[in-house]
Amino acid sequence: MPSDRNPGHALLADAQIRSGKESLPADLCLRIHRLMVRSRAMEERMIKMSKSGEGYFWIGGPGEEAFNTCLGLQVKKGEGPAYDYLHFHYRNSAAMIAMGMPMIEGIRQMAMTVTDTHSLGRNFAGHYAKKEWNVVPVTSVIEVQYVMAPGTAHVQKRYGGDGITIVCGGDAGTAEGDFASCLIWSSRPGHELPVLIVIENNRWGISTPAESVHAEKHIIDRGKAFGIEGEVVDGNDPIASWHAIRRAMEYCRTKRRPFMLEAMVSRLYGHSSSSGALRVKDEPCCIELFEKKLLGEGVIDQETIDQIHEQARAEADEALEQAMNEPRPTAADVYRYTYAPSRVDAVYPDDYTGLPEA
Amino acid sequence: MATLVQAVRMALHYGEEHLGVTDIFGEDVGPPLGGVFTATQGLRTAWNTPLDERGIVGMAMGIAYAGGKPVAEIQFCDYGFNTIDLLKVAGNQRWAGAGNFAMPIVLMTPSGSGIRGSLYHSHSFESWAARLAGWKIVMPSTPLDAYGLMLSAIEDPNPVMVLLPKALLRVRGDKLIPGEPEDEQTLKEMIDAPVGDRTHWKPRWPKLEPYFIPLGVASLVREGQNATVVSYGRTLPLCVQAADQLTEEFGYTFDVLDLRSIFPYDWKAISRSILKTGRILIINEDTEVTNFGEHLLRRVIDHHFYDLLVRPRALMGKHNPGIGLNQEYERNTVPQLPHIKQAMREIAEEEA
Ligand SMILES: Cc1ncc(C[n+]2csc(CCOP(=O)(O)OP(=O)(O)O)c2C)c(N)n1
Repeated sequence: MPSDRNPGHALLADAQIRSGKESLPADLCLRIHRLMVRSRAMEERMIKMSKSGEGYFWIGGPGEEAFNTCLGLQVKKGEGPAYDYLHFHYRNSAAMIAMGMPMIEGIRQMAMTVTDTHSLGRNFAGHYAKKEWNVVPVTSVIEVQYVMAPGTAHVQKRYGGDGITIVCGGDAGTAEGDFASCLIWSSRPGHELPVLIVIENNRWGISTPAESVHAEKHIIDRGKAFGIEGEVVDGNDPIASWHAIRRAMEYCRTKRRPFMLEAMVSRLYGHSSSSGALRVKDEPCCIELFEKKLLGEGVIDQETIDQIHEQARAEADEALEQAMNEPRPTAADVYRYTYAPSRVDAVYPDDYTGLPEA
Repeated sequence: MATLVQAVRMALHYGEEHLGVTDIFGEDVGPPLGGVFTATQGLRTAWNTPLDERGIVGMAMGIAYAGGKPVAEIQFCDYGFNTIDLLKVAGNQRWAGAGNFAMPIVLMTPSGSGIRGSLYHSHSFESWAARLAGWKIVMPSTPLDAYGLMLSAIEDPNPVMVLLPKALLRVRGDKLIPGEPEDEQTLKEMIDAPVGDRTHWKPRWPKLEPYFIPLGVASLVREGQNATVVSYGRTLPLCVQAADQLTEEFGYTFDVLDLRSIFPYDWKAISRSILKTGRILIINEDTEVTNFGEHLLRRVIDHHFYDLLVRPRALMGKHNPGIGLNQEYERNTVPQLPHIKQAMREIAEEEA
């Protein structure tokens, strides 16, 4: 499997890539770039699967790789309240890839194999669940993750340490009451919670433009009423995103209070396969922008970029080939994992087995 | 003898001290009130939440993800309807996430009529709840059962909803809770918060013992020959009363099953009793269209059609937009003793 490290540029270890007043070391930029490309390759592979019949519905995060890669790389990854909890929505694949998820895990879910450790072939693509990384199950139900996030943060605050809760969703969904609930529950006086409230703002619902239904300038402005600080960042710029996420995490980790981060991102394949999953041309692509910058700084050449894309596509193809050869769920899997084993249940001591029988 | 609500409070205390309960919360659940029905007075981990039922359910789920053991209260089940989709998600988390996360939450809420609650404090919830796959639903009708079912709800590592019959919260049982002092007044002085200033009040808890009622096990409250009556919650003691009166007046005897667990339900007990009596009447007060009792009827027909001597039936609440405040409305909307007695007499007397 190709590594995240770019082998040919050892000399660049000290170089800094700038964006406005901020910068990142060149080797980190190259690492971010490769992760972004790998995430995109996985998503594009899945889009093809949705068209070829190897999978059904596709939804995902092309256009959000810059922000999500920087998020995933800075997560305090692990299990339990000492580590970060992640309440993702369906466009966070790049964060998972950045955290080290092999592509095959995403592809298996799309291919609905029984080897899919996130949902046993039950859920849509991008609907992850991974206990070892505190990634709680992603649902398709818009905004419900925002009412659960204060719960994990509540345990973390009591536990101590610097683990935080990170909750992500789109802009349109913030009209749901659950978003307001998140603001209220994470800012209760004397019980403020370490929740990093992320909004990935692509300015779209499915087809409804944000400006046609929202009067507020920034979504984070709503935090002001609760004393919740926030920042808007260009989510297409990995350098800006990296630092905004770093600051936001630092704030939540040390102050044990909520923070809002609104990332302005693109939506490069429309809403989902339902809207055709066609490549749009009128929104900026974070990978193209970043490559232009890296080329301009002379830290990478076009040939290497092409190679990285080629390798990423090959990795996705291999993952697909492997997944297609793996077992599918059978009728015997229908009830699996409904109930956890219970010593006080006379009917279902182990798992659900259908309606109660005589 | 403890009231049902005192029994719940003692169970929660036992849960805090011995079963790992980390948080008991809801609207007005913490001090000074300790719950609008006093179920959570004096509990160490009880706290007040914002007035936000969805927030309450979400908080419970989050606490459970992070390894805590929450008991959340929805003040009245009437205000749980806006959480239905979250409850659905809570029920599917283990299944949807391939077993990655269990969802060990307890949600307790007063359910049903009988407190002159009019339109918005008289709802039943069990038929809605029973459709939430992945959940377990219990509804005690006595203080001892409330104690034993609450302990099991806490112990079970899955989402369990404890429906507390509003009408029975202040009713006393005829069996002591293990560890409960014999004298009612003593118990009251120990665990009921005083009226007025409670700033310095602290409960003195009796030395309670564990008592787990397994989920999915009904209780045969009366044993008889003429028909099987299946009920739970507010209508259960009315069924018992009706059975006793019909025995005295006409010599009819009934198997009266207190289901206690609505899901999983004790199909074994229902089935066994039908094979004995050949007659079954299901009684509850939820509204009659897609009522949980109708599901039981379907199973009765599927499994016991040829064992039945007369048509199986259910007595339920009326399909009505609400329960009106004037008691004439309530009496004619949800089953009362005379309706229950009448239905029981009819099924016992009908010619096979
Ligand atoms: C509660 C709920 N309502 C409606 C939908 C259908 N739906 C799916 S995605 C979507 C738009 C979401 O927009 P936004 O929150 O901005 O997120 P984005 O998809 O743009 O990232 C809608 C309406 C849903 N899944 N859940």
